[in-house]
Amino acid sequence: MFKYLKQLTSLVAMVAVLFTFTTETMAAKKSKTLKNTQKKGFVRCGVSQGLPGFSNADAAGNWTGIDVDVCRAVAAAVLGDANKVKFTPLSAKERFTALTSGEIDILSRNTTWTLSRDADIGLTFVGVNFYDGQGFMVRKSSGITSTSQFKDGISACTNIGTTTELNMRDFFNSKGISYEPVAFEKADEVVAAYDAGRCDTYTTDKSGLAAQRTKMSNPDEHIVLPETVSKEPLGPVVRQGDSVWEDIVRWSLNAMIEAEEYGITSANADSMKTSDNPAVKRLVGAEGELGAAFGLDNEWSLRIIKQVGNYGESYKRNIADTGILPDRGPNELWTKGGILYVPPAR
Amino acid sequence: MDLKLQKIIPQLITVLVVVLVFGFFSYNAQINMENRGIDFGYGFLSQESSFDVQFSLIEYDGSHSYFRAYLVGLLNTILVSVIGIIIATILGVIVGIARLSPNYLINQFAAFYVEFFRNIPLLLQIFFWYFAALRALPLPQDADAMLGVFFLTIKGLYVPAFIWENFSVFLYSIIATIIAIVVIRIHARKVQETQGKQLPVFWISVGLIFILPLLSFLIGGVRLSFEVPVLKQLATTSFIYEGGVSLPPELIALALSLSLYTATFIAECVRAGIQGVGKGQKEAAASIGLTTNQILKLVVMPQALRIIIPPTTNQYLNLTKNSSLAAAIAYPDLVLVFAGTALMQTGKAIEIVSITMFTYLSLSISISIFMNWYNKKIAIQEK
Repeated sequence: MFKYLKQLTSLVAMVAVLFTFTTETMAAKKSKTLKNTQKKGFVRCGVSQGLPGFSNADAAGNWTGIDVDVCRAVAAAVLGDANKVKFTPLSAKERFTALTSGEIDILSRNTTWTLSRDADIGLTFVGVNFYDGQGFMVRKSSGITSTSQFKDGISACTNIGTTTELNMRDFFNSKGISYEPVAFEKADEVVAAYDAGRCDTYTTDKSGLAAQRTKMSNPDEHIVLPETVSKEPLGPVVRQGDSVWEDIVRWSLNAMIEAEEYGITSANADSMKTSDNPAVKRLVGAEGELGAAFGLDNEWSLRIIKQVGNYGESYKRNIADTGILPDRGPNELWTKGGILYVPPAR
Repeated sequence: MDLKLQKIIPQLITVLVVVLVFGFFSYNAQINMENRGIDFGYGFLSQESSFDVQFSLIEYDGSHSYFRAYLVGLLNTILVSVIGIIIATILGVIVGIARLSPNYLINQFAAFYVEFFRNIPLLLQIFFWYFAALRALPLPQDADAMLGVFFLTIKGLYVPAFIWENFSVFLYSIIATIIAIVVIRIHARKVQETQGKQLPVFWISVGLIFILPLLSFLIGGVRLSFEVPVLKQLATTSFIYEGGVSLPPELIALALSLSLYTATFIAECVRAGIQGVGKGQKEAAASIGLTTNQILKLVVMPQALRIIIPPTTNQYLNLTKNSSLAAAIAYPDLVLVFAGTALMQTGKAIEIVSITMFTYLSLSISISIFMNWYNKKIAIQEK
């Protein structure tokens, strides 16, 4: 009799545990950020104050860039319309406070993923949408063609509040060169000061150098040195503590990259519904129940691909065709010699 | 009893409301930080900062702590404020007096200066002096030497460094000079009060200022030599000056714009102060045979200062607080170094912003206390 009682209790306990598990996941699905976003009708997205190719507003106030496209993808997935995004331009200094204080829900602002940022300050990085590295720009007329020609006393213009300041110190220290760091709060002032001749070199992420070069009074007078002195994986960030929202942003980005891998574009997305490849069918919502996992319908990824395009389209439109970095380098798919590799959407 | 209670209750309610509001905000911040996994604490101050700063009055590099970085920023803020206050005061007094000049050209020029500079936003002026003036400055290799040893270039002002031998002897001679001048002044006053004779205190002081330090060179073994900046080539078209002392253009532009801007307000305080002294005072002074300079020094200024000091204190406070605009042009002040870079690298927003606020508060209160003390000292001693 006692034997049975013991088994009965363990059964009850197991059921109870299972029950708590299911209620837990149900509760988790109720993402506060998602609910708020749907209620407001737009995605609140923090971007840069103007970095061509990544996030830049034209004269009419339309934002473009690959960082902007991540937010548009989330808007397409969550709200069904890629244009339902409210962009907030932020300086490097303001960005994390804006996110943790709840002023924005996604920070997609060429932000480097580092351990201390991820672990320390209440943020979660969801992925990488651009693999970058820090470089140096100099005037062609200086005759410098490599960082090995840098000498004691060189002055370097940069932004405050970025990993750049730290990398710069590591770099010059490792070479034993004394330098004068001139750090501004805004990128525009960095460019203006370097352009005026205040500094011998301008250092930031190489993509940033390529983009800012287009803003100089005479872009052809400047070159980006070949050396890369740091790893800068740039990607979107969300607040810590809302794992469903985190998943939505992560998989919106992943869907764009995976769509490129399977050759799904904004033009052929609808016709791909009849594809023979189940992976393709899952991505365009013709098979499986992927959206339900984070409280969305099944066509969330189809909308992303149709309205924003796949990662390759976004890169071409924003970075290659604008002449910033025509060569995709490490940002090519893993199948084509790059390092873009995302977990499968299944 | 009732009346007493009536007085106390509103005060109690006010205190309660203030405490509740503060309590709510700190509780709210605590809950939110806990939810997002953000720790609160000042332990980061002793961690290695690992970023460098362009310009520092104390020894500092990235291997020092965040607290040291805070000191660097604080000292830079104090430096630019002190320079700004000194220049603004001198310029303000000159312009204020010039506005009252009977010479049409001088008073109109002073009026134009005041109206022009106080009506343009300060940030715009800082940008102007930094970016517009910066572009106009020559590159180091093209700079002409001023007086043979100063070089004003786009990368900063390079001045010769002083190299002293037996500097302490020189310092003692200066201290001796100051003591001697004070003693002579006291003596001269006594002589005047008892015998009515005036001693040429001014000329004696000038003589002392030259003679005592000179003696320290001649017999004290003090040697002074200069290290003149020398042009150094970094690359084909990239040069700097080595040796000497270099003042970054950011400091110059900031100090210049802060003092030009604040001087306009001080000039108006000075003008108001002088005009606030009754006309009869000047006429009475003139009738007993004082010269124009004596009237200004002995009769007008002591009375005008009482009117000038309180509003000028405000201007000093404004200048100190306005120096935080430094962040726009890369002058490494408290806001740029500590509330900027350090905040970003640590993510300790509440801690750093609170320290910064408290620091500015302390700076302002120190200036206030000093100026109030000075104001009391020159106030009319009622008997």
